[in-house]
Amino acid sequence: MDRFVELENIRKHFDTKKGRFVALQDVNLTIRQGEFVSLIGHSGCGKSTVLNIIAGLLDPSDGIALCNGREIDGPGPERAVVFQNHSLLPWLSCYGNILLAVERVFGARESKLQLAARTEEALALVGLQHARDKHPHEISGGMKQRVGIARALAMEPKVLLMDEPFGALDALTRANLQDEMVKIVDQTGSTVVMVTHDVDEAVLLSDRIVMMTNGPAATVGEILPVNLPRPRNRLALASDPAYHACRSAVLDFLYQKHKREVA
Amino acid sequence: MTVAKPVAANLPLPRRRKPVSPVARLAATPWLAPLVPLLRAVVPPVLGLLAFLLLWTLVSQLSKGSLPGPVSTWASARELFADPFYQNGPNDQGIGWNILMSLGRVGMGFGMAALVGIPLGFMIGRFDFLARMTAPVISLLRPVSPLAWLPIGLLVFKAASPASIWVIFISSIWPMILNTAAGVRAVPQDYLNVARVLRLSEWKVFTVILLPATLPHMLTGVRLAVGTAWLVIVAAEMLTGGVGLGFWVWDEWNNLNVEHILIAIFVVGLVGLLLEQALVWLAKKASFGQEN
Repeated sequence: MDRFVELENIRKHFDTKKGRFVALQDVNLTIRQGEFVSLIGHSGCGKSTVLNIIAGLLDPSDGIALCNGREIDGPGPERAVVFQNHSLLPWLSCYGNILLAVERVFGARESKLQLAARTEEALALVGLQHARDKHPHEISGGMKQRVGIARALAMEPKVLLMDEPFGALDALTRANLQDEMVKIVDQTGSTVVMVTHDVDEAVLLSDRIVMMTNGPAATVGEILPVNLPRPRNRLALASDPAYHACRSAVLDFLYQKHKREVA
Repeated sequence: MTVAKPVAANLPLPRRRKPVSPVARLAATPWLAPLVPLLRAVVPPVLGLLAFLLLWTLVSQLSKGSLPGPVSTWASARELFADPFYQNGPNDQGIGWNILMSLGRVGMGFGMAALVGIPLGFMIGRFDFLARMTAPVISLLRPVSPLAWLPIGLLVFKAASPASIWVIFISSIWPMILNTAAGVRAVPQDYLNVARVLRLSEWKVFTVILLPATLPHMLTGVRLAVGTAWLVIVAAEMLTGGVGLGFWVWDEWNNLNVEHILIAIFVVGLVGLLLEQALVWLAKKASFGQEN
């Protein structure tokens, strides 16, 4: 399906005390099924706003947002979100956090046994079977984020939305999780939209990189196709000229064409 | 073989050898070492209590016997607690009955306040309109001394015991309402976003997210409430009479039995401390490793 997620002339403003703030203007974007798209831009450019509109957590002020041919009307489990700060419920174990999502999505159709199996499977996908009964405060930041990813994937969403999923992690943990993400995406073939400000992360994971201009009234600046073969390998890419070409294209956009003045 | 003795034998000791504290010396003795943490925990409070007893004795000596000292108070307490549950008519009952009656009133008033205050707090926290609607009334009534409500209670209930329960109710309801409402407002938006993405039902949102997220705040409210309630009950019972610690204090004042008044003060303090500690323990259980 070529037009799986479709944003048409999206505009979003927020009414603040200082008057109306136009965050997004004329955002047009279509995402194919099974595609991995990154939204990149300087902070405050409204990339998270775009993600939240697709998630249904925010309504566009103007324009049309479609998913699978239907207008996006509020959030729903078919568009699972991995939040920046994991957003696990602290009073539930890792297992409980995932089960809550699994129950909600499949509870009406499947037996308790099947739900449990799905939950275990999701934990296994991110390699966290051993932390099954731990509570979020007992595990590291990287593990929490993995549970967040497992929770989202367990819902078998049509689109997986990730809002700077690795932003709060240290560089090594981040690299590990990115590598795991590469594997998971190859395995599941999910449609993914990821907000990031990390150029390497965007190139490593994406099929296309959507570069956004600076706000206010931000919009899609350029879209860069990343034609690197999959499965991708961080080490092999390091010496791949095509990888570096993509990298410089993004860097050029961010730091040459749309350099952000230091506030 | 002769080894040249160091000439520096009478030089000053190396600087590192500071005078060793008694505790450190104990810690160096192998079989005593496990006792050191215990000593560290126990010694300061015990010293504090001893200092307090000393001060008390001193004051009692200076007052030339009008304030009983620790020894005579202790003797009187042993006598009192030897038979805590005697009953000689309505105005002369054992200390056990007095404690139980006071606790019972606190429990009743406090329980009813929880039944009303916690759901009300939830609604106020969840619905902004309700919060703004109730704000003026709550702000107006909250600073009123609980005892000012006693005449209203006597007027309505025409009996002493329900009136003191009423005072407890009114004094403990505010912290429960306000803390529960604050807790509901402090539920992180992220958790609610999770609920929205999962499209959880209102009931599920309440049981899986709002209730556990609010529990620590709610228990803070309960703890404050129980503290106030216990403070207030003594005063309320002094005014209403009957059986109870407050009444007992007043009765012993009329009998000029100062030892018993002092005992009552300790009993009130001890029971309050136990209530507080029980709730602190409960709050820790309910915090799920969150900062509170």
